[in-house]
Amino acid sequence: MQFLKVLVADDEPGMRRGVQKVLKKAHFKFEKLEHEIGFKVLEAADGQQSIDLLQKEAIDLLLLDYKMPGYSGLEILEWIKKEQLDVTTIMITAYASLDVAVSATKNGAFDFLAKPFTPEELRTVVEKATRNLIAQREAKRLAEEKRKIRFQFLSVLSHELKAPIAAVESYLRLMKGRAAGEELKNYDHIIDRSLIRMEGMRKLIFDLLDLTRIESGEKKRELRKIDLVPIARNSIETMNVLANERGIQIHLNAPESLTLTGDQSELEIVLNNLISNAIKYNKENGRVEVTLKKDDQQVTIQVTDTGIGMTPEEQSRLFQEFVRIKNEETRNILGSGLGLSIVKKIAQLYNGTVSVESEKNVGSTFHVYLPLEQKTNENEQN
Amino acid sequence: MSEKKKVLIADDDFDILEQLKMQLQAEGFDVVACESQAEAENQLETIKPDIAIFDLMMDDLDSGFVLSYKTKKKYPDVPVIIITAVTNETGLKFDVSTEESKNWLKADVILNKDIRFEQLFKEMNRLLGDN
Repeated sequence: MQFLKVLVADDEPGMRRGVQKVLKKAHFKFEKLEHEIGFKVLEAADGQQSIDLLQKEAIDLLLLDYKMPGYSGLEILEWIKKEQLDVTTIMITAYASLDVAVSATKNGAFDFLAKPFTPEELRTVVEKATRNLIAQREAKRLAEEKRKIRFQFLSVLSHELKAPIAAVESYLRLMKGRAAGEELKNYDHIIDRSLIRMEGMRKLIFDLLDLTRIESGEKKRELRKIDLVPIARNSIETMNVLANERGIQIHLNAPESLTLTGDQSELEIVLNNLISNAIKYNKENGRVEVTLKKDDQQVTIQVTDTGIGMTPEEQSRLFQEFVRIKNEETRNILGSGLGLSIVKKIAQLYNGTVSVESEKNVGSTFHVYLPLEQKTNENEQN
Repeated sequence: MSEKKKVLIADDDFDILEQLKMQLQAEGFDVVACESQAEAENQLETIKPDIAIFDLMMDDLDSGFVLSYKTKKKYPDVPVIIITAVTNETGLKFDVSTEESKNWLKADVILNKDIRFEQLFKEMNRLLGDN
């Protein structure tokens, strides 16, 4: 049970006691919240006492009498606003006129309670205010969490961008200092490394642009009936250059056509990422199988390679941002560490899922499952 | 002409390893470069370096310390230098300037990345001169 602090500010002792009695027994259960909410009630008999308590205690809910000795209810409301206290106020008054209600709400009161009120009326108003307060705090917490994640992402990103610059810079310094003598060919391997790091950085920037577009929703998603087969063919054709260099064969197993509701460029990104990974992490003369399937509910994109595979531990880290499985075999393979996290993000946009099965030195199979239909309205809001 | 001094180096960042290797070779060292803690441990089985330089965080967060400990256990007279970015990244400070820390940190010198090679060579020459 979580307890909220309620302050009853009223000059009538009977009123304060009444509220105490009702709220002590009250507890609410809200959907999405695991625990119940109960109340701890504090009392103030006049304006000054109210302000003192508001300053001293972290009051969540304030039941505020409109007419009190010292400060009036409206003055206290103004003070709360000025102090930017996180307190939800319910105005209590015997003079329930529209004017009072309007000016109180204008000054930040959440709701209104007219004297005399029944315990049931009190409970209803407090429940409503509590629900609002909890929802507001939850929204705030989520926003804060999002901000933190963003910050983390940016600090990792800046590290990922700095690393290749530092590497290339050091290589250039070595050349400048003629560390391996005057012959240019002595530096071939570090020139190659520098080029690899630069290309990696370019890839990172491109992937980052993809990711920002997906996340910001800036690019309009064009959801329509779309045939996945030509997209896969196109992707394979583009990737064939890369595959041929290493003697890798790509096969497509798919029906004549396979339609689902989706966005052309998002589906291209998914297929390009999966197929290019299957080539990059493959062995010389390996195979890549691209399989497209459909049942009543979903489309399955399956990409299998005969490559270096992964250990269970490596698989568990795979879909995180900026995770690149680092070992001897992956050292010279270009990658931003964002590709699979982009695939996963896109799959999530479709309410779909991504999975991987892999065996070290045998190969990996990636599955992307996408539902056939999309709720268009919901997606536009994002 | 004296025999080339043998340096065992370990760093899981391939570029840093490569750069260190080139610099050390340019300085006239015979370099054995390892990309992981495991590889360095294997090397220690068969060779005795004149000096060793280990990155702190490799396979494990404390790989450098472990390697340092193992080196000292097998070859108490081989000086060890640990290089690390951990202070820059976390603010955690290690040093071996006091006797107390020397008891548990079995390294002779700890240098922060990005290392300046002049400083590294100075430390190496000092440690090698001791022998």
